[in-house]
Amino acid sequence: MTQAAKFFSRALACFTLVVAPIFIPTALASSGEGKLDRAPIDLRDAASLQSGAKVFVNYCLNCHAASMMRYNRMRDLGLSDIQIKDNLLFTAEKVGEMMNVGMTRKDAKEWFGAAPPDLSVLARARGADWLYTYLRSFYRDPATPTGWNNLLFEKVAMPHALWPLSGQAALDVREFKTDEAAIAAKVQTRTYSRIDESGEGDAKLFLLKSTKIVTPGAQTAAQYDATVRDLVTYLVWMSEPDQLYRKHVGIVVLYVLLILLVLTFALYKNFWKDVH
Amino acid sequence: MAATHKEPVVVTCIGPLNGPASSLLTWVEQRFPMMENWRNHLAEYYAPKNFNFWYYFGSLAMFVLVLQIVTGIFLTMHYKPDASQAFASVEYIMREVPFGWLVRYMHSTGASAFFIVVYLHMLRGLLYGSYRQPRELIWIFGMLIYLCLMAEAFFGYLLPWGQMSYWGAQVIVNLFTSIPFIGPDLSLWIRGDYVVSDATLNRFFAFHVIAIPLVLLGLVTAHLLALHEVGSNNPDGIEINDHKDAKGRPLDGIPFHPYYIVKDAYGVVVFLIVFATILFFMPEMGGYFLEYNNFIPADPLKTPTHIAPVWYFTPYYSILRAVPPMFNSQFPGVAVFGIASVIMILLPWLDRSPVKSIRYKGPIFKSALTVFIVAFLVLGYLGTVPTSEWGQFGEWLGGVDRATVVARICSVAYFAFFILMPWYSAIDKTKVVPQRVTG
Repeated sequence: MTQAAKFFSRALACFTLVVAPIFIPTALASSGEGKLDRAPIDLRDAASLQSGAKVFVNYCLNCHAASMMRYNRMRDLGLSDIQIKDNLLFTAEKVGEMMNVGMTRKDAKEWFGAAPPDLSVLARARGADWLYTYLRSFYRDPATPTGWNNLLFEKVAMPHALWPLSGQAALDVREFKTDEAAIAAKVQTRTYSRIDESGEGDAKLFLLKSTKIVTPGAQTAAQYDATVRDLVTYLVWMSEPDQLYRKHVGIVVLYVLLILLVLTFALYKNFWKDVH
Repeated sequence: MAATHKEPVVVTCIGPLNGPASSLLTWVEQRFPMMENWRNHLAEYYAPKNFNFWYYFGSLAMFVLVLQIVTGIFLTMHYKPDASQAFASVEYIMREVPFGWLVRYMHSTGASAFFIVVYLHMLRGLLYGSYRQPRELIWIFGMLIYLCLMAEAFFGYLLPWGQMSYWGAQVIVNLFTSIPFIGPDLSLWIRGDYVVSDATLNRFFAFHVIAIPLVLLGLVTAHLLALHEVGSNNPDGIEINDHKDAKGRPLDGIPFHPYYIVKDAYGVVVFLIVFATILFFMPEMGGYFLEYNNFIPADPLKTPTHIAPVWYFTPYYSILRAVPPMFNSQFPGVAVFGIASVIMILLPWLDRSPVKSIRYKGPIFKSALTVFIVAFLVLGYLGTVPTSEWGQFGEWLGGVDRATVVARICSVAYFAFFILMPWYSAIDKTKVVPQRVTG
């Protein structure tokens, strides 16, 4: 080990010693907060992607556009132009068109208070886990203009578009006297939940909030989870349609580079034989 | 005429083409100093034979510069510098242009790679005293390259027109507002509008694709010319030109070509393996290379809750946030932020140690450098998170954010490294420097 390398490793060790203890309390503090559900998506699952595309076109693509995405890109999901045209093309004429919607931003603002975001790359901003949790956290709330609220994104302007499938949930609030009891109960909840605090001093309560289906929909909870999984899979794919191809290219590139590594290393060692 | 006296160029390795190739090269050489430059800068430029790991980053910086220029040219062919089309045009490149995603990711990963390589290149200079006499101008040109690079990255970051592009530019341009007297007019002049808008996007595009790259290329040329004038430093911090053979060649030197060409080629491949791994498998690098919020189109009416610059600016951003407002003005913070980013230019005159290299410097300098590196990294981390990240101190300490206090301590350490250097570098114990390089 050269002196410089030794020095660098010492600097790195010092940095770790200084910074690591600071992260520990941060990591512990996050245990009481709402943790996103992990989205069990698989981008290689063509059936899941096709089913997600169907849900997307039927339920999302009325208010949300995906203006940077062409319909015929769905050929990458194993669909033919005719299949796309017959089953998925409702608001456009040709398969080469972009996924636009008829609703204008002005109308949308007037109706919902906020224009629905374009979904072309939204999954890259929000992440799969967030979307998966969000779409499974809607509940009925008479206090909001749309009659819907969301445990993950409070007072969101979007109504629950998938409710015919999921059914209608209500907010379930359970009170606990201690933080520990609330966390213990939180672990048991099946869906996304959150602990809020209320009151001061002795009257302080820990409120475990979760959602509970009160009116069942067309699907069971497990079926609905699968529907949302398919939809999120599709949204993630749509945010970067080339992502699987990118990884395939990456593997080839790395193999070529490894060969080059051996060749350049041999060249370097051979030339440097006469340097003493 | 001088040109006609030049010796004929003899090519010895091309076989049947030997004759024509030699006469063509002779013809060119009599009109243009091609072989002369080849000899001066490559074939007969003697570099110390003891370059170690740290000496790869100069040639790598050059490699990444070329990569950025070439990928940048291809991006410019499809990108639209128009506030209503910019975001969509980037997605057009990602989806519709054949291999557009590859070019775009090369450019976005290249930007971060450039800073990693340049930071390590600068650290090499700090370790081995490469800024010391007679290499002051190399260091100054290098620092100017670094400042240009920061400007280049800042202007380029607005172009995708995402939320972070927009609000990052808004925050940085607003810093100029705090300059006394001329501030508000100056920031208006920079933006070309009262808020960051289409006018700002257009001029930032012009700066990013032509103005700054031209200056950058000029500075890189000056950096290399100055280097080849005085010769390279080495891990021992001694001059190889002090010991030459009968032909005037440094005893501890080897010609850059072929020795360092083949060695650096190997370095480039190692770099490319790391680069390709990031590019193909994690182009966002956990939100550090491509920020998640930047996949939301710019919205002038919606301020993100947490605006963080890209990682390579965060040490300075932390320093900016750490300085409290004084006299009802943010200007002191902005001034300290500015000084922090240029203070390194003074290093050649701050270091008064009798030796150049860390190998022969004493414990005080080594400790100071360690503290500096730790402070820089901690500041860098803190700049990526909100100041409330680590909670607050109790009421007895005024309830201030813990992260702010740590950032203030690190900022003081950052400046102390430079301001106290003339003193501690002079009193530090040093080891005996060898006459010849030690490998």
